[in-house]
Amino acid sequence: MSQETLVWRVVPPILRHSRRAHRMIERSFYVNKLSWMIVVSGFFEPLFYLFSIRIGFGSLVGDIEFAGRSVSYAQFVAPALMASSAMNGAVYDSTMNVYFKLRHARLYDGVLATPMSSKDVAVGEIGWALTRGTLYSIVFLGCLIALGLTDSWTVVLAVPACLLLGAAFASVGMAATTYMRSWEDFDWVQTIVLPLFLFSATFYPLSSYGVWGWVVQISPLYHGVALVRAACLGIATWGIAVHVAYLAALTVVGLTIAARRVDTLLCK
Amino acid sequence: MGQQYRVAVLPIVSARGLTKKFDDFEAVRGIDFEIARGEAFGFLGPNGAGKSSTMRMIGCVSPVTSGTLRLFDLDPATSGKEIRARMGVVPQQDNLDSELTVFDNLVVYGRYFDIPRAECKSRARELLDFVQLSDRADSRVEPLSGGMKRRLTIARSLINQPELLLLDEPTTGLDPQARHILWDRLYRLKQQGVTLVLTTHYMDEAEQLCDRLVVMDGGRIVAEGSPRELIAQHSTREVLELRFPAGTNAERARSVTDLGERHEILPDRILVYADDGESVLHEVHARGLSPESALVRRSTLEDVFLRLTGRSLVD
Amino acid sequence: MTLLKRIWKTNLTLGFVQPILFLLGMGLGVGSLVDARTASSDALGGMGYLAFLAPALLATTAMLVGAFESTYPVLAGFKWEGTFDSMAATSLTTRQIVAGQLLWWATRVSLAVVGVTVVLVVVPDTRSWGLVPATLSAVLCGLSFSTTVGAYAATREYDQSFNYVQRFVVTPLFLFGGAFYPIEALPGILKPIAWVTPLWHGVELTRGFVLETIGFFAVLGHLAVLFAYITLGLYLCDRYFTRRLYR
Repeated sequence: MSQETLVWRVVPPILRHSRRAHRMIERSFYVNKLSWMIVVSGFFEPLFYLFSIRIGFGSLVGDIEFAGRSVSYAQFVAPALMASSAMNGAVYDSTMNVYFKLRHARLYDGVLATPMSSKDVAVGEIGWALTRGTLYSIVFLGCLIALGLTDSWTVVLAVPACLLLGAAFASVGMAATTYMRSWEDFDWVQTIVLPLFLFSATFYPLSSYGVWGWVVQISPLYHGVALVRAACLGIATWGIAVHVAYLAALTVVGLTIAARRVDTLLCK
Repeated sequence: MGQQYRVAVLPIVSARGLTKKFDDFEAVRGIDFEIARGEAFGFLGPNGAGKSSTMRMIGCVSPVTSGTLRLFDLDPATSGKEIRARMGVVPQQDNLDSELTVFDNLVVYGRYFDIPRAECKSRARELLDFVQLSDRADSRVEPLSGGMKRRLTIARSLINQPELLLLDEPTTGLDPQARHILWDRLYRLKQQGVTLVLTTHYMDEAEQLCDRLVVMDGGRIVAEGSPRELIAQHSTREVLELRFPAGTNAERARSVTDLGERHEILPDRILVYADDGESVLHEVHARGLSPESALVRRSTLEDVFLRLTGRSLVD
Repeated sequence: MTLLKRIWKTNLTLGFVQPILFLLGMGLGVGSLVDARTASSDALGGMGYLAFLAPALLATTAMLVGAFESTYPVLAGFKWEGTFDSMAATSLTTRQIVAGQLLWWATRVSLAVVGVTVVLVVVPDTRSWGLVPATLSAVLCGLSFSTTVGAYAATREYDQSFNYVQRFVVTPLFLFGGAFYPIEALPGILKPIAWVTPLWHGVELTRGFVLETIGFFAVLGHLAVLFAYITLGLYLCDRYFTRRLYR
């Protein structure tokens, strides 16, 4: 067995069969060339959130005991907001956005008439969600540093952590979108995302949940928040491996279902 | 004989017993056909005849249920990408990228074929010129008229300089002027040597554009040939159309059934098939019948279709 | 009938499930952190965080629903569905169309707000007769958003513009409008900005009524601002709807 095939064998099959996915990302760049203002305007969101946490909640909530040390409330919540923002972006790009192109604009019908495959479409659209997400994460990181909410060099690892979290949500989101039949089904997305946002150890430590702690640990956002928080506060534990594995597994499962479903929907 | 020579060369598309099933509905029921390079080939038939399903299989976006299909001597099941790279597709409903400008629609589409960006841009400029949309290059797609969108879709399908162009009902829903502009452009492509495969339920379109066509009905091919051959085989040279006052068609028909070679009674008129329509009309008058209107015209593919299926094309 | 079903479902999530989640997640969760500090209790005027936050959700829900109902649905009426054009083709005047729209917004906002009210009745800290005027003022707060945003929507060609409404109006107000913490915490320049936003007035009214901490003149003042916004919004709607329909 040659070296190359060995390497390919560990790559999930879907990625092996998608060699042109970057063309889909390129398309998104062309689209956003027209509306770059909207992309830039998104940079303000982290600033608003961090600011309100720092001045608003910071004045109401004091320091918090976390991982054996005392951190300010803003320091505690800021990483969670960074993770939540990565989740929101990934979910939006992979649900509403994809649904519109899939059912209304029939964009993918046109794409599949070229040498592009359904796997290219799925991987490419998720790739775009991640490209944009990474851009926002970097801006978020800049805000964190500028507002003095971090004190460890490991904070840069928050960007790849958000990338992984985004990949998990974008993959699952796209897979779910292929099952949606009308715009009303998107109420469900909202119904799922908001509780995730509120109850993923975002605003208070896992220990506050008491006996309900195990439910919180099912939430993918919880694992993302834990990763970003660890990066921001410079905490290294074995738990990190668990968080990474959980999110990676979700990504592969979501991606595989998404590509298969795009295939059945468009290539009948 | 040029015609025979071309068929002798390897066909660009060939199908044997081609079948498409959706769950328990059989859309295409074992059809055979061959399309030669440089030919303009048409699938004629009413809605639901199986034309679009056949086109999607040729376009390699719909797996073949059974039978064989080869394009450029390749198998769509295994070489879909290679085949699609050499083909252009104009779908029945425009699926232009509404989030891009007219020009970027062409460039981005070219990029899907891995064509270098600079090349995409120069081709896009040429193609916009070809479809007379150069002045709308920076416009969004949405405000374009139906005919313009169609032309842009055709331009887009040519970005990879395809050897084979598939057009699914290219002029359905367009006004007469827009149709004529489109036919003119397609005719030029044909002259450039592009193989055209189109579906239509307009016989004037089939007569204008197709060298050869098959008539489909209920998932089967019921006839094949050039428009002229089909008319010669399945109809007479001329047709006499008679209109009687509403509701009296069936009754009046009895007195003309012996005229001409054949007749059809439609809800609104009676068609009498004959090589010399005028003389039949004389006979009708001689028998003391006075139709509200009478018209002698040449046979068209519509008559062929009526003969073969007992139904009209556009219901 | 299908319309009713659709509204019912959206209403359930926006007007019922979301406030409950916020009450649980922020009110109880963050509340336990807040109430643990005596200094914070002083900042909130001696009340628990849950009691502080809960009434404000009436106003924020009204804003979210009010603003949303006047973005996509309004543009759809002009552009994709042509509802307004077909109305204008009958003998209806723009003023009547806008009035109809106002009635529709009022219905949608009321439905959502009443959902929150039901939740607040269940929470002991906020069970009071003050919920009745609070609910009404929340509806006014919602309408001050519907009318102004609706006028803006009438001037738009593409729905991307609504991203700006979300990012620069709805989100900042949600965060800085005094719902989650007293605006006294805001730095000097931001305070006056909060004062002119309709959300802050809505929050002051709902919180004041429910907790019975508001005076008569304050009520008049806040109501006057909300009515001023609605009047301005309606004037602009009339103007921009006319421009769009008869261009």
